[in-house]
Amino acid sequence: MSSIPKRSFDTLIIGAGGGGLRAALQLSQADARVAVVSKVFPTRSHTVAAQGGVNAALANVVPDNWHWHMFDTVKGSDYLGDQDAIEYMCRAAPRVVYELEHFGVPFSRLDSGRIYQRAFGGQSRNFGGDQAARTCAAADRTGHAILHSLYQQNIRAKTHFFDEYFAIDLIKDQDGYFLGALAIEIATGEPILIEAKTTLLATGGAGQLFRTNTNALVNTGDGMAMALRAGIPLQDMEFFQFHPTGIAGKGMLITEGVRGEGGYLINSDGERFMERYAPNAKDLASRDVVSRAIATEVREGRGVGPNKDHVLLKLDHLGADIVKKRLPGIRDTVMTFLHIDPAETPIPVFPTAHYTMGGIPTDRYGQVVVPVQQGAEEPVPGLYSVGECACVSVHGANRLGGNSLLDILVFGRAAANHIIGHLSEQHYHRPIPDGACDTAMARLERWNRQGKGESVPALRKELAKVMEDHCSVFRNEEVLQQGKDKVLDIRERIRDAYIDDYSQVFNTARIEAMELENLVEIGVATVASALERTESRGAHSRIDYPERDDARWMRHSLFSLDGDKMDYKPVRMKPLTVDSFPPKKRTY
Amino acid sequence: MKFSIYRYDPDQDAKPYMQDYELEDNKIEHGMMLLDALLLLKEQDQSLSFRRSCQEGVCGSDGMNINGRNGLACITTLDELKQPVEIRPLPGMPVVRDLVVDLSQFYKQYRTVKPYLTNDEPVPEVERLQTPEQREQLDGLYECILCACCSTSCPSFWWNPDKFLGPAALLQSWRFLADSRDQATEQRLNDLEGPFRLFRCHTIMNCVEVCPKGLNPTRAIGHIKALMVKRSL
Repeated sequence: MSSIPKRSFDTLIIGAGGGGLRAALQLSQADARVAVVSKVFPTRSHTVAAQGGVNAALANVVPDNWHWHMFDTVKGSDYLGDQDAIEYMCRAAPRVVYELEHFGVPFSRLDSGRIYQRAFGGQSRNFGGDQAARTCAAADRTGHAILHSLYQQNIRAKTHFFDEYFAIDLIKDQDGYFLGALAIEIATGEPILIEAKTTLLATGGAGQLFRTNTNALVNTGDGMAMALRAGIPLQDMEFFQFHPTGIAGKGMLITEGVRGEGGYLINSDGERFMERYAPNAKDLASRDVVSRAIATEVREGRGVGPNKDHVLLKLDHLGADIVKKRLPGIRDTVMTFLHIDPAETPIPVFPTAHYTMGGIPTDRYGQVVVPVQQGAEEPVPGLYSVGECACVSVHGANRLGGNSLLDILVFGRAAANHIIGHLSEQHYHRPIPDGACDTAMARLERWNRQGKGESVPALRKELAKVMEDHCSVFRNEEVLQQGKDKVLDIRERIRDAYIDDYSQVFNTARIEAMELENLVEIGVATVASALERTESRGAHSRIDYPERDDARWMRHSLFSLDGDKMDYKPVRMKPLTVDSFPPKKRTY
Repeated sequence: MKFSIYRYDPDQDAKPYMQDYELEDNKIEHGMMLLDALLLLKEQDQSLSFRRSCQEGVCGSDGMNINGRNGLACITTLDELKQPVEIRPLPGMPVVRDLVVDLSQFYKQYRTVKPYLTNDEPVPEVERLQTPEQREQLDGLYECILCACCSTSCPSFWWNPDKFLGPAALLQSWRFLADSRDQATEQRLNDLEGPFRLFRCHTIMNCVEVCPKGLNPTRAIGHIKALMVKRSL
């Protein structure tokens, strides 16, 4: 214990994407001592890859208000989102977007000089009426623009960064208070204990669980797995979003903004097939709806290409000017990876693993909450979580495009404000008990000895293949049960896995091994939760239970590592000030 | 396909060396990127160390020197490369291990230009207005991904990495000078005075040549110099 160097801060933030950086900025500006730990340099975090934009009812293009945004989000969530948190988020949206503009984000502009807004999926005016234009965009590089601006403002605010440090596990005492985390400096392999009065997990999603995904290689769900190991359940893990338009077979994201700007999908007959699945919203229906439609077209033999395994996203009718001006990043990506110009040739696309709706259960202040025995849930002392690794839940069973950037900004800010209040009451660090780091150190040291089993990269590939084959857009009991058995088997085999790099200097093999340990826990949580939920809701589509079952399943799942157990809790149907939106049949 | 890769682990190696690798042709698919090849080579030899993340040219992690030219491995196609593909770390920076360089100096120069919007007027309730034409001035500037390909290809930066700010930082300086919302023009220009920070740029244009995002730091530096001259008149 005494041999591990220790640093002390008011707040430790793990993860330097948009959620972590927005929280860090708020805290630094309030003169709190903040440490941000990130396994990559902050601007390499995956927020950088967000394309289309961030939703806020600014009404810069057409009339809009937060209440319509709230309705769309509740409906998009297939009524699994918590309506208090959704009201809070939609009301706060204009404010956080204006703040971003003040921070310097180079939003695209309208002729009026105001922020450009585009149409996106699942957006309506007047509670299900005409298409809205609610997504504030910086061309199709909105995430890049936001992440860099937030990092820049943190430079100004003198936030303390631990760049390229990998968090191994959370540290807590016998009373259940969270006291910080054990991390290692990747460059040297040196462990370090970062002690904090409050710890905020903002580590992003786990898209690397699936073979074909839109995610960065760093998206391995580290925070979710740390929470699981610390005894926190994960909520709603069966809901994994498949983005309708990843580049077929490769996975690079093609923003929904392409369809927002007027692009549409066609099958092998050249038919605009979304007209059949969503007569009103067509190509701008919710993502789960569009992904299922594409998968169905392909299954029924109307796919395109030699293997008839994808559909086409057509935007050549928009004209080269609009493509270059509004979608320059997409054009670059398609030209680089497919050697075609999307302004002339349609893009081959297929649903691709994209976003973890589930995660660490929190309230709307970002406090991690867990049920206490049979009673109501209570905040876990000293632990917060925001962004994709958290589950507030504002996305429920299906997230709307443009709501993930909003989620990280609104709740990054809200969590920071709550932490500031907490810090004003808690003046001292609680003592760190002897041996508090032992488990975390053992986890690190396990990779210093030779294993006799299989190699880490081989197991990581196998896990991603199993998840893709067994837990994809359409699911059923048999396939999920096999998937669960296989993932559990991989979890066992990881115990004997080996790496063949024992250097202390920038040992990425060891980091990847610990990432695999994280991924497999999330894989178990995902298939186990999916197997239990015998209904179809949002992104979770069971062929054997094709209908939504509100009587039985209008509740959140909770998966705990202890015995791989499932538990459930009610959806918070009551908003803060307005009437609840009761569940209705969901059509677009 | 044959590769020759720079190896150095200060924990174990007295000095750096080049190691040959070979990737079987049946593993190479049409349109594959260099990063895909490196990931496969790392499966063969897990001790090979390099940074990577997004795999699509937006995070800026995998800048390296590829057959003598800086670029991002994830958007460099294998078919454009002469064999054996010689891969080295970005030049001029201290090597941490293999293809991983210490970018502290690069980031320090970035921070030096105060890369954040400065505006001292009261904060409005809504957005500050900017015309599409004013916003267009930021195109070709804000897209920088801080991959360091440009600064580490610049001879002026090699000779004076602590004094010359380098193309990446200067591009950011101009990004804020060009922003109609920014009010710190005088301060920014004052900070760039002297023979080194800005004026060590001799328009060699390696930065433009290598930028994986197609940006033009030399032109940005030219704009700053013009503004300096205009101010002194």
